[in-house]
Amino acid sequence: MAERKKLGLIVNPVAGIGGRVGLKGSDGAEIQRQALKLGAVPQVLNRATQALEKIGNIDWLEIITYPGEMGEDAAKACGVEPKVIGSIKPGETTAEDTRKAARDMLRQGVDLLLFAGGDGTARDVYTAVGENLPALGIPAGVKIHSAVYATNPLSAGELAALYLKDRIGDLHEAEVMDLDEEAFRQGVVSAKLYGYLKIPFRTSLVQNLKMPSAGEGASLASIAYDVVEKMEDDWLYIIGPGTTTRAITDELGLGKTLIGVDVVLNRELVAADVNEAQLLDLLKGRRAKIIVTLIGGQGCVFGRGNQQISPQIIDKVGRENIIVVSSPEKLYALGQQPLWVDTGDEDVDRMLTGYIKVVTGYNQRAVRKVS
Amino acid sequence: MAQQDITQQRYTDGKPNLRRFHQARWDEPINFELSREGQRGVLVPEVEEEIKDQVGDVLATLPLTVRRKAPPRLPELSQPQVLRHYLRLSQENLGADLNIEIGQGTCTMKYSPKINDQLAGHPKLAELHPLQDEDTAQGILEMMYRFEGMLKEISGMDRFSLQPAAGSAAIYTNASIIRAYHKSRGEADQRDEIITTIFSHPSNAACARTAGFKVITLYPGQDGYPDLEALKAAVSERTAGLLITNPEDTGIFNPRIEAFVEVVHEAGGLCVYDQANANGILGITRARDTGFDLCHFNLHKSFSSPHGCGGPGGGACGASEALAKFLPVPLVAYDGEKYYLDYDRPDSIGKVRPFYGDAPVVLRAYAWVMSLGAEGLREVAEIAVLNNNYLLNRMLEIPGLSAPYAEGKRRIEQVRYSWETLTEETGVHSEELGIRAADFGVHYWTSHHPFVVPEPCTLEPTESLSKDELDEYVAIVSHVTGEARTDPELVKTAPHNSTIHTIDHSPLDDRSQWAMTWRAYRRKAGGA
Repeated sequence: MAERKKLGLIVNPVAGIGGRVGLKGSDGAEIQRQALKLGAVPQVLNRATQALEKIGNIDWLEIITYPGEMGEDAAKACGVEPKVIGSIKPGETTAEDTRKAARDMLRQGVDLLLFAGGDGTARDVYTAVGENLPALGIPAGVKIHSAVYATNPLSAGELAALYLKDRIGDLHEAEVMDLDEEAFRQGVVSAKLYGYLKIPFRTSLVQNLKMPSAGEGASLASIAYDVVEKMEDDWLYIIGPGTTTRAITDELGLGKTLIGVDVVLNRELVAADVNEAQLLDLLKGRRAKIIVTLIGGQGCVFGRGNQQISPQIIDKVGRENIIVVSSPEKLYALGQQPLWVDTGDEDVDRMLTGYIKVVTGYNQRAVRKVS
Repeated sequence: MAQQDITQQRYTDGKPNLRRFHQARWDEPINFELSREGQRGVLVPEVEEEIKDQVGDVLATLPLTVRRKAPPRLPELSQPQVLRHYLRLSQENLGADLNIEIGQGTCTMKYSPKINDQLAGHPKLAELHPLQDEDTAQGILEMMYRFEGMLKEISGMDRFSLQPAAGSAAIYTNASIIRAYHKSRGEADQRDEIITTIFSHPSNAACARTAGFKVITLYPGQDGYPDLEALKAAVSERTAGLLITNPEDTGIFNPRIEAFVEVVHEAGGLCVYDQANANGILGITRARDTGFDLCHFNLHKSFSSPHGCGGPGGGACGASEALAKFLPVPLVAYDGEKYYLDYDRPDSIGKVRPFYGDAPVVLRAYAWVMSLGAEGLREVAEIAVLNNNYLLNRMLEIPGLSAPYAEGKRRIEQVRYSWETLTEETGVHSEELGIRAADFGVHYWTSHHPFVVPEPCTLEPTESLSKDELDEYVAIVSHVTGEARTDPELVKTAPHNSTIHTIDHSPLDDRSQWAMTWRAYRRKAGGA
């Protein structure tokens, strides 16, 4: 018999606890105490169990997890005896426990790390393992802006099973996003892109499996070819974060700051990972174009994860010089949801609304509404 | 599962029971694997010496370039082996003549009358050769000419070419005519953009790209209908034309289609009506009356000629008077005494295929229209729409199903449904429902590109089916979704009563494993 596959499991026991009692998040010990006082009941155990049950008969699988509420309980709830590692203080787990657990899973050589939580949990996992370990989120948090989560626990389980059974081999870099919870509770939305986790990727759960496709990679190459071919001399190209825009710098043979903004002039990199002030400096006396993509599953074009490209910069560059790029697959996944912007400046937001042509491939455009 | 009484009636209280169906399952190898050296179907006798002396070496008369250096490596089989092989394969099929074929939406799987096949196989047609002198082929030319007249009447267009071999070939032809038109006005370089909608037949975008155009795709507006404002944002002095299907593959008829045509015309572009989904509008709306410049019909769909597994089909292209000069050559013409092939068309885009149109396909379509008459054609459309909306209402009674975009509105001749809710509740996917439905003897299909509707299923009942048959189909789908809720594993491990097994689809996503020929397969699979 072939060696058993190893599945790492991390449950953030306080994930989602703030949501049902209206606390807009669960980060910080004080909030967690407050939530419990308001009568919050953790749902995360249920959701982790649902996902594990979806994997089905797990004889072929070794589950490695942390004690008690951080995973052991969820595994046992499905009648599985997991290998338990590490130690925790029951009832007092912290973000550091998640990070420690993730690092331990990496050392244990798990084939896939399944974690239940929200944006905060995804950040902790990302901080600990980066892109060194395939991971996948079971959505259980209040804030789910990160694209590393499956749409629900059932599909998380299904995707994990397909990956572990070698039925899908593709890994896909998905955004780890988080809001500043403190600001969020004050009514201010400020999301940051922290990085990318490698998640198992089935072109889309909506896709007919029988349809051959060359995958999203081919779409990205086709987009890059289009954008690069149409690049003009002496124009500044402000290139936003993401794997879609990285395909463009790849086509140019340049490096890319995955979660930052880079600037290209005459097909050369002139500045990497710039902030707003640096951009304003570079813009002096130059014509510029902005190349951005939208965030998967959400459709945000400006204001989430690319705040360096500030309203002032967008205004200076002008609407007609904004190039939005997206694979058709990413657009399909949005369904009827419109694209949107939230730059923090009402006038700029208004200027950006209306219909835009999104570059979806070589000589291919989709007209989508920005609201 | 308990054995059911085999003598049980097909109906209970007037409603059909689910069939106790079991399909043949042969584990039949492919014919290359059945091959054994020396097995023969026909042994052609050696040429007698006397004849050889007279005729000489026949092969030597062939040019070197067309002579094989080695015999072809065809499978070696006897006649009964070949017969058994294909009979077995046919038993592992849920063909259109075998099942209640409404599950292949967008394909208009209507009944293809068998008598028309007999006509097409009649020696008077089958023994004709397209290179025959036109004086000796007046019958088929007359038929083509008269059929063109029918299509002109149905669409309002002024001329038709029957030459393109299928729908996509016709769309490509129309895209080529758009280019020829702009070229004739000196604007070919400037006008390089074609606009289409995401739920138009995907061939519109694909053929426009193949013909060298840039493609702009519109998404539906918030009301679920094609978005007129998006079109206004898309047109410019670069607009070459609009390629649009109506009703779209969702079954939604664009209520603003006249405004679409107007906006594109004002921008200087041409409008092409893809009438692949014409089955619900025959005799009701006409492309030319709406202002379209070009259109095409699929003779193998709307006009009952069978689909033939990808061919032969027929994609008849229609043009307005102003654009007729660009149609492919030759057109079939009549000088008052005889029918002839008109090659004297200097502005024509040329040929898109050899000869003049697939004669047996045209004959079947012609016979079909003749058997119906104008009133009958309209009735076809009306029944197709009635059937579809009855089916829509019955289907929506099944929990977990929706008909996204313009919800609550009626559809024309097909619907793209979504099982998103059912999948969320049960984890069972649309495709798995379809495989399980095969256990009850019916075919069911999800969707082709674009994969916008989650967990899709596309049904098109056409005019050919009775209410009882629609009810039987709904009962099967309803039963299978019930199983998804009570015993999802049963559905996910299907098929149980039909052919073979599920296959591993992952190589389809891996270009390095694609093999278009047996030889390529053996090379890539490491066999030889």
